[in-house]
Amino acid sequence: MPMTKSYDEINEKIKTGKVVVVTAEEIIPMVEAEGPAKVLEKVDLVTTATFGPMCSSGAFLNFGHSDPPIRMTKVWLNDVPAYAGIAAVDAYIGATECSETRGLEYGGAHVIEDLISGKKVKLRAVSYGTDCYPKKEIETNVGLEDLNQAYLFNPRNVYQNYAVAVNSSDRIFHTYMGTLLPHYGNATYTTSGELSPLLNDPHYRTIGIGTKILLAGGEGYVAWEGTQHNPAQERNELGIPVSSGGTLALIGDLRGMKRDYLRAATYHKYGISLFVGVGIPIPLLDEEMVRQVAVSNKEISATVYDYGVQRRSRPALGRVTYAELHSGEICLNGKKIPTAPLSSLYKARKIATELKEKIQNGQFTITAPVAKLPYRDGVKPLREEV
Amino acid sequence: MAKKRVVLTFPPELTEKPLTYHLVKDFDLAINILKAKITPGEEGTLVLELSNGSPQKIDEGLDFLVRHGVAIEPLSKRISLQEEECIHCGSCTAVCKSGALSLGEENRLVFDRDKCIVCELCVTACPMRVIKVIF
Repeated sequence: MPMTKSYDEINEKIKTGKVVVVTAEEIIPMVEAEGPAKVLEKVDLVTTATFGPMCSSGAFLNFGHSDPPIRMTKVWLNDVPAYAGIAAVDAYIGATECSETRGLEYGGAHVIEDLISGKKVKLRAVSYGTDCYPKKEIETNVGLEDLNQAYLFNPRNVYQNYAVAVNSSDRIFHTYMGTLLPHYGNATYTTSGELSPLLNDPHYRTIGIGTKILLAGGEGYVAWEGTQHNPAQERNELGIPVSSGGTLALIGDLRGMKRDYLRAATYHKYGISLFVGVGIPIPLLDEEMVRQVAVSNKEISATVYDYGVQRRSRPALGRVTYAELHSGEICLNGKKIPTAPLSSLYKARKIATELKEKIQNGQFTITAPVAKLPYRDGVKPLREEV
Repeated sequence: MAKKRVVLTFPPELTEKPLTYHLVKDFDLAINILKAKITPGEEGTLVLELSNGSPQKIDEGLDFLVRHGVAIEPLSKRISLQEEECIHCGSCTAVCKSGALSLGEENRLVFDRDKCIVCELCVTACPMRVIKVIF
């Protein structure tokens, strides 16, 4: 009878301090040496992590009511517009929104970073005034401690694999994939490979709606499938998508988050983004799960796309493994191209290790998904009516 | 090995003269061109690293250029990295052709100032805005 473990059993081990946790990088040589059955006997959990730019991020804030009260119809935080088309004093500050006074150098991501750093931000709001909310204008300073609720709610994070970007054109391209040099002068990539959460759980067996995670250093949850979630992406022989696949929508309280794991970014001539640190534990329920978390960079491929072609469907030029990407050079149609990452493996490892220690210390238990992420058709394009 | 980095400004009439040839031939200098902007008929700039066994040879070579009407300034611009704010993402390494910026031990960013040719591409490539040019 092959061995299996349940979420309850693993949580019991966490509570009694008997749990054995390793990171998704550390487990690879263990499985190579001893095989999945032996490793399953010894290890209960694997931690995965990523720290990369995730544009589709933002935070819901509730400011509380002034006296007389105002029904805020337009809201700015440090001159960055926040979406206020919801109830009277609720707003959503999107990470990529730019300041009306400072342009690309300051935006929604910076507002969120400032708030979790303990800084006050200038709140300005206007309204048309109603019988129940007579005030028409307000300007004051607010910090995280002044807000009723402040939670990150990121519609699309933790991409399961992504493109490798090159530029065939004869000029520099400034993109969300970084600065791409002309004539295939460089190649950039952006996942943490064998340490990345959804590459270790390719069929979303344990990562689902309700999974408890480490979000920017605080506790958070998987809220939903992420936007453009694409489980139908072509997969390799191990079942791992060869380009952008599944995505997650994440939620978590800004209180408890650390600036170390949440940083605002500006991509030159592109715009603002937010580096988000995410750590996700994967329970080793059976041998199959052990085999999946043992996946290594040489078994994960990504597709190289030409960002020098300014179309929705950029030409795919070939496939490379993460082992090749990490080596500093890829070979594409006979041409050697130097590579560089855009997400921080250094920080991802710190997150995976921090999550491992929290679990070992009994400070972080795991949750089974309350519902699975959907496994269905791909992403629809936007058609323009003529 | 003596080394000097200089910014040369050529008047329009000098842009077609092979002055760097003479630096090599007559003064035995090793020349590394860090940056060049020369259009015939217009003022040109050239950023050079000159090296030779003796500092005297370098000075003689520079005197030769001054005699021919080239303006010389030391290359005082340099790149500064605010290390404690760096997240070690690696974006700057994508554009650093001189190899001054690279990911080293534990995938942390390493900045080898001696290799930097101040091309400034990393300044805009850094999403954290922690790389700056200092004059």
